[in-house]
Amino acid sequence: MAKGKKKNSGFVLVLYFLVPFAIVLFLKYSFSNSNNSYQAIGETNSGNQHSTDLAAKANNLPEKVDYIFDVKPILSDRCYLCHGPDEGTREAGLRLDTKEGAFKAIGKNLDRYAIVAGKPEESALVSKITNTDLQKVMPPPSSNLSLTEYEKQVLIKWIEQGAEWKTHWSFVPPIKPELPKIATQDWVSNSIDYFIAKRLEQKNLKPSEEASKEQLIRRVYFDLTGLPPSIEDIDAFLNDKDTNAYEKVVDKLLASSSYGERMASTWLDVSRYADTHGYQDDLERIMWPWRDWVISAFNRNIPYDKFIKWQLAGDLLPNPSPEQIVATAFNRNHKITQEGGVIDEEYRVEYVMDRANTTAKAILGITMECARCHDHKYDPISMKEFYGFYAFFNKVDEKGRIDYGELPEPNIKITKKEVEETLSFINLPDSIKEVKLMVMKDNAPDRKTYTLRRGQYDAPDQEVTLDTPEFILEYSDSLPKNRLGLAKWLFHKDNSLTARVAVNRMWQDIFGVGIVSTSEDFGNQGALPSHPELLDWLAVTFREEGWDMKKMYKRLVMSSTYKQTSKLSPQLLELDPDNVLLARYSRSKLTAEMVRDNALAVSGLLVDKIGGPSVKPYQPPGLWQETTGGGGGSTAKYIPDTGENLYRRSLYTFWKRTVPPPAMMTFDAPTRDFCEVKRQKTSTPLQALVMLNDPQLIEAAEHLAKNTLKEDNLSQDERIKLIFRKITSRFPTQEELDKFTQYVETVENDFESNPDIDKTEITSKTEYAYTLLSSLIFNLDEVIIKG
Amino acid sequence: MEELSKHFINNNRRHFLKKVGLGIGGLAAASLLDPFSALGNNSQLNPTGLNLPHFAPKAKRVIYLFQSGGPSQLDLFDYKPLLDKMRGQDLPDSVRQGQRLTGMTSGQDSFPLVGSNFKFDQYGESRAWVSSLMPYTAKVVDELCFIKSMHTEAINHDPAITFFQTGSQQPGRPSIGSWMSYGLGSLNENLPTFSVLLSRGTGRPFSQPLYSRLWGNGFLSSLHQGVQFRSGKDPVLYLKDPDGMSRAQRRAMLDHISELNQKQEEEFGDPEINSRIAQYEMAYRMQTSVPDTMNVEEEPEHIIQMYGVDAMVPGTYAANCLLARRMAERDVRFIQLYHMGWDQHFDLPSQIERQAKDIDQATAALIMDLKQRGMLEDTLVVWGGEFGRTNYSQGTLTDTNYGRDHHPKCFTMFMAGGGVKPGFTYGETDDFGYNIAKDPMHVHDLQATIMHLMGVDHTKFTYKHQGRRFRLTDVSGHVVHDILS
Repeated sequence: MAKGKKKNSGFVLVLYFLVPFAIVLFLKYSFSNSNNSYQAIGETNSGNQHSTDLAAKANNLPEKVDYIFDVKPILSDRCYLCHGPDEGTREAGLRLDTKEGAFKAIGKNLDRYAIVAGKPEESALVSKITNTDLQKVMPPPSSNLSLTEYEKQVLIKWIEQGAEWKTHWSFVPPIKPELPKIATQDWVSNSIDYFIAKRLEQKNLKPSEEASKEQLIRRVYFDLTGLPPSIEDIDAFLNDKDTNAYEKVVDKLLASSSYGERMASTWLDVSRYADTHGYQDDLERIMWPWRDWVISAFNRNIPYDKFIKWQLAGDLLPNPSPEQIVATAFNRNHKITQEGGVIDEEYRVEYVMDRANTTAKAILGITMECARCHDHKYDPISMKEFYGFYAFFNKVDEKGRIDYGELPEPNIKITKKEVEETLSFINLPDSIKEVKLMVMKDNAPDRKTYTLRRGQYDAPDQEVTLDTPEFILEYSDSLPKNRLGLAKWLFHKDNSLTARVAVNRMWQDIFGVGIVSTSEDFGNQGALPSHPELLDWLAVTFREEGWDMKKMYKRLVMSSTYKQTSKLSPQLLELDPDNVLLARYSRSKLTAEMVRDNALAVSGLLVDKIGGPSVKPYQPPGLWQETTGGGGGSTAKYIPDTGENLYRRSLYTFWKRTVPPPAMMTFDAPTRDFCEVKRQKTSTPLQALVMLNDPQLIEAAEHLAKNTLKEDNLSQDERIKLIFRKITSRFPTQEELDKFTQYVETVENDFESNPDIDKTEITSKTEYAYTLLSSLIFNLDEVIIKG
Repeated sequence: MEELSKHFINNNRRHFLKKVGLGIGGLAAASLLDPFSALGNNSQLNPTGLNLPHFAPKAKRVIYLFQSGGPSQLDLFDYKPLLDKMRGQDLPDSVRQGQRLTGMTSGQDSFPLVGSNFKFDQYGESRAWVSSLMPYTAKVVDELCFIKSMHTEAINHDPAITFFQTGSQQPGRPSIGSWMSYGLGSLNENLPTFSVLLSRGTGRPFSQPLYSRLWGNGFLSSLHQGVQFRSGKDPVLYLKDPDGMSRAQRRAMLDHISELNQKQEEEFGDPEINSRIAQYEMAYRMQTSVPDTMNVEEEPEHIIQMYGVDAMVPGTYAANCLLARRMAERDVRFIQLYHMGWDQHFDLPSQIERQAKDIDQATAALIMDLKQRGMLEDTLVVWGGEFGRTNYSQGTLTDTNYGRDHHPKCFTMFMAGGGVKPGFTYGETDDFGYNIAKDPMHVHDLQATIMHLMGVDHTKFTYKHQGRRFRLTDVSGHVVHDILS
């Protein structure tokens, strides 16, 4: 198979591609050879793409084949589609996702078995997958899910070794493991490090040395506040010789209000927060009071269980406070249409779907939506269970289509008085007397829920009652049959997913990649955890400590694991290019918000103000006008704000879903159409253009240059150092300093002779040179990297 | 869990060994050559391992002329004399067969049938029917492959256009251009693989909006986002250097950046830094290649005449058609135009007259221009909207005036070049122009066929996201072999 592919790609090369492209194709191809089975589970693309060096792989079979690690990923990815949880499309009565199904008698006379433990020659599965007849082999070639030789050998060896069956790891409640015994005690700062060190020792790897203090402070500032440290912050830290100097910084950051803004910006992705309704004319909506609540909730360190419970069911708590009701706006962040002529029920159903899917993905890490049209193909979620879950969110008396200018029901009014008395976290400007906010309310208690054939709004089938997927945890009769009951179910100690999913996402916030790299999917098709015991230890600890988020974040950043340098030796790059084992810290790109906020902060432009209505900073003119249908009202034309609203942190930037802020999109922000728990991290030429030419970046460079020149008694070296340190948080090397000096001089010489420079804005050659120097430094790789 | 952990440790060795194949050098070389290809920052997390195209493509590139709003097939191409005869009579229930109506006409008391106010005639050797609204198009019918039997499930704009562009009515999936960029990569080193041009029609200029998700990358890497080309001094966002900066100054700055980044790479050993360096070089090249592409001034007079005087007015459909040809010449793989203004519920005759004039000459010119350059054979041109319009009048029918509501059950598109039969018509509608009489072609069929022409088997081209393999055509779609040349 691999041979055939190679031949084919050679043919293609010659005929259709320029040589460079061909090389890229070839490299891509080489890359697919470098997949490993661990990664393949979660990250590689498609079944037929495992063009593996067969012989090498077959020789590399694990000594003891493990069901969870080796076997189930293959069964799930290649077999479940027709032999999995979905009863509707199950072929030949064979079900391979349950032990009972996999071992039961099959065939017309019930005399055959797919799997006979220890006896591959009697196992129908083996004869099927090894059949050389293309009409008979499983999976059929037409499915594009064919097994590689290696995968076949794994299945066969597993059966040979007794076909031991286990439950999927994330469906079993976590148990707190003992800390592993390790040799390198002196490296350890806290419990996390035991688990990391253990793995490194087993691989004969050593952790990397600690990062420099400059690196460390920059890293932890971005991670906990989304902003860079000031020179004063850095100097204070460099000069603090206390053994707990770093801990003092961490505590200070956790207590700062920027912490809440940083954490909120992640939660806004999860919550698909936006300032418009999202369909067609994409009218403005007011949800920012809820966003202010999120920031405040993080800053007040409301425990995660309450944080979620209030958002899911604050309105159903006994005597709910206004704050608890405001929190439920979480589930009204879905899109809403006003398009003339749409069918109301069609869209109302979409909103309910969105709530169910968001809740499942954000809190349980499962892809519930796959069971909308049929039973889930990979995880044991029946269509009936999906609609049982959907039913929790189907009691809202709401419209599918709203009119222009209509505020969707249900909503609450928030007045000045309430803000003063109970909702002080809402930044209601003096110019606004009151706002109305969409919230959750079960004011259609009698609406029945049905399964919908093919997931279609007009094809109701069987009536269902409120329920949750049984494989996670049975929905106890003692729980109320509403969203509050659901919230309690989520935080029951036997719920195997909630705590793991939460700590995994926190880990992802700090380390860039989750312990489960597919933070959106903990099911059968998801990646396996890189450090399973650590994940469980963290999950149980999080629960035992009362779901204390600040405490958990502190633990992560206080670990020696976190404090390692991100320098990468060729050996480490070769042995662990994706840094799965964490023998170093991973360099990773700043988020779209951080990239801009960094420029604002270091140049002194940033306006430090929390919350309030969303703002409209610079945006290339015309983007909204070009696409509007004319019916958008305030969203038909982008009118940039003036004054301080230009310089607010990026999480406050007005989010029009159908035309989101372009520079943020270029830096991998999601569209906010749906819940997203993980951003992409790409590198594109368009990002380079933003960094080079975005007027915001240019203004920051100019501002920084002017401010620096205002300071008296600085030598040229000192000015350059100051600018460089502000932007990168470190001192330049002598070599770098020489280069910058030389650059400044060259540009100064350009100034006089160049008639195209606007000399009303920039009045001296020095100002000009320092502006370009600042712009140059903003464009260095390390500036948009957390390393 | 402990067991799981142990097992992972023992088996992770394979993972290590296999990564060796492609070191820093390889990665950097790859991104230097083609920063817009699938090998970006994501490469290690998401090796595509694609082996595309699956077979020899007929079309190297696509120009998709999207007519946003839903052009009236009954006034342009789908000639129905019966509707003239029955003008004013109610649409029989036997024809409607319970088809759901949009909320805009479902309340109407009657559904008066209406033929076109515009005269139809047959043209070319292929004897294709075209109305008097499209005189230039009429002259090139022998190059065109009409599909009279397009149909969709969506009856409203947002879901319908999202369906055409992403294969799903609800937002969130990658657009067709992104899929092609991801699957087939770039053909050039200087321009984005997937480029987008917008224009506003004069028929009903303010009616239906566009959404950037229509050219969005969905769950694919942002490398595959469509890049909007705009009229004005900044044709690609943030392309233009700050006022007063010379090319030499920009180059000097980039050289410094590159050198300092290289030092970082030496210190940190992160191959991603090499990728950044390559992205900056591509950006620099784009700063020249994009304005060069946009510079229609250098086109000779006879070419401008061919596309029409609007071709010199930046931001018009005609100008965009000319740009599309220039992009095709520069091997941009997927060129997507959107022309707004076809949503003509009322006063259709006067609106469509203006709207057709916007596009008729330039569309025909584009096709003939590609042909005279020998490019039509490997460039697929696609023309069409998100649905059709009803055979009955929306609002009051008078002798001179009528409107038409959305109609998903049949509408006309055409294609040209890139492996489709020229001078051919596929599919038929019934005499009422309400239902399909023969050879239906669904949106997913169209997508499957376009991909087929690009050398891609739509059932094999998948992307695994959240555990599921996604396709542009979801779970359906058939290549319509009858229209292939």
